[in-house]
Amino acid sequence: MEYKPIRKVVSGNYAAAYAVKHARVEVVAAYPITPQTSIIEKIAEFIANDEIENIQYVPVESEHSAMAASIGASATGARAFTATSAQGLALMHEMLHWAAGARLPIVMVDVNRAMAPPWSVWDDQTDSLSQRDTGWMQFYAENNQEVYDGVLMAFKIAETVNLPAMVIESAFILSHTYDVVEMIPQELVDEFLPPRKPLYTLTDFDNPISVGALGTPSDYYEFRYKLAKAMEDAKKVIHEVGKEFGERFGRDYSQMIELYRTEDADFVFMGMGSLMGTVKQAVDLLREEGYKVGAAKVRWFRPFPSEELYELAKNVQAIAVLDRNFSFGQEGILFNEAKGALYNTDAKPLMKNYIVGLGGRDFTVNDVRKIAENMKAIIDKGELDVEVDWYHLKR
Amino acid sequence: MNTLFGEKKEGATKIVLKSVDEYPEAPVSLGTTLSNFTGDWRTFIPVIDDEKCVKCYICWKFCPEPAIFIREDGYVGVDYDYCKGCGICANECPTKAITMEKEEK
Repeated sequence: MEYKPIRKVVSGNYAAAYAVKHARVEVVAAYPITPQTSIIEKIAEFIANDEIENIQYVPVESEHSAMAASIGASATGARAFTATSAQGLALMHEMLHWAAGARLPIVMVDVNRAMAPPWSVWDDQTDSLSQRDTGWMQFYAENNQEVYDGVLMAFKIAETVNLPAMVIESAFILSHTYDVVEMIPQELVDEFLPPRKPLYTLTDFDNPISVGALGTPSDYYEFRYKLAKAMEDAKKVIHEVGKEFGERFGRDYSQMIELYRTEDADFVFMGMGSLMGTVKQAVDLLREEGYKVGAAKVRWFRPFPSEELYELAKNVQAIAVLDRNFSFGQEGILFNEAKGALYNTDAKPLMKNYIVGLGGRDFTVNDVRKIAENMKAIIDKGELDVEVDWYHLKR
Repeated sequence: MNTLFGEKKEGATKIVLKSVDEYPEAPVSLGTTLSNFTGDWRTFIPVIDDEKCVKCYICWKFCPEPAIFIREDGYVGVDYDYCKGCGICANECPTKAITMEKEEK
């Protein structure tokens, strides 16, 4: 069948809901929380209108239960999905470890939202990055198209390596903003994403198992190694699935870091999620003004693309890491990870951390220009002014 | 399917996996622990009276370890490598066919 995309104008949240429908998800257990709510409302609407067959919607009383129900569903061998934001994701935290530790390929959309207090419903990556060490893979979408594509790829990757995956989109900037999304006809999605083949199932009554058994000190360690190795192996699978997606549907995701005009760049802006759309636009304008700049969009934060970062770092003089998140007592989380990944290599570009856009603070093309001017001054001088720059601070 | 944790080998009292490659991909098991047999925790031992047993298998359903099994003749038996002597089977048995007796070691 020839691929002819179906174009729909949808919000990021509706893009996620359509991807869930097209992925033939069997169980959705979710609790509504702003700004995620319209994802599960749309899925509920699909179910009410008989637009999805063979799906169970479980309305639970909290996010902790949503993840618990997803774990139970996934352990039976079903394809399970949930979605959340901020405090809801934090409430799931304990269960996220159970999902990853039991090697269940659940896919979740987290709509990035700032953690309270002060109470906020706007964009900020600290909620998802706080879940960095739970064993979940993390994909950051730049736009609504990447939300749709990301969910479909996440299921395929998760079910290949038996690890859960988060697809992360920005509150309101994507979740409630409408844009054209090219959707894939159902038959072609089915070819790309065949039914799940689980490692074990609770419903194989001839081979009964228990999940979540006690692991004494003589065995726990080995299972942690297996999980670590699965994360490492996931890099190859991400590359292959992203490449296959590109060959089938024209949008290539084979690289964990998307490079934009970096070939001859003196310095690059690095970041994740929707703000990188702004950065790419700014790069085009800055190039016209004579700046040799590029953008490096980190798509997958877990597993961390250390090798691709090294290749980039070898060829640039400096990297401006834009963090819409912060680890208190240290620095921006992506900055911290990127520096750490390069420490034992011979690539040592100047690296500066800009804390931007926390709690939905607007981040514009003009901001990127100001950062570019600052970066140029740093490169000319050959040393940093400050390592961590609270860029928007009212001084 | 990988070899499941706790799968009983002939004559074995405890499974020791020597290499990480022998471990299954996911930590699933037949009982509530991954590799430890729990039979050595026991102080009391269930004794089953076949004459009172009505083959309802409630004991089999309630056993928290894979200690109760169904014998070929349809009555139930106890796998003493797993039975930790908790007494749930005796408590749940509707015909009082199971009694807990102090185990002599």
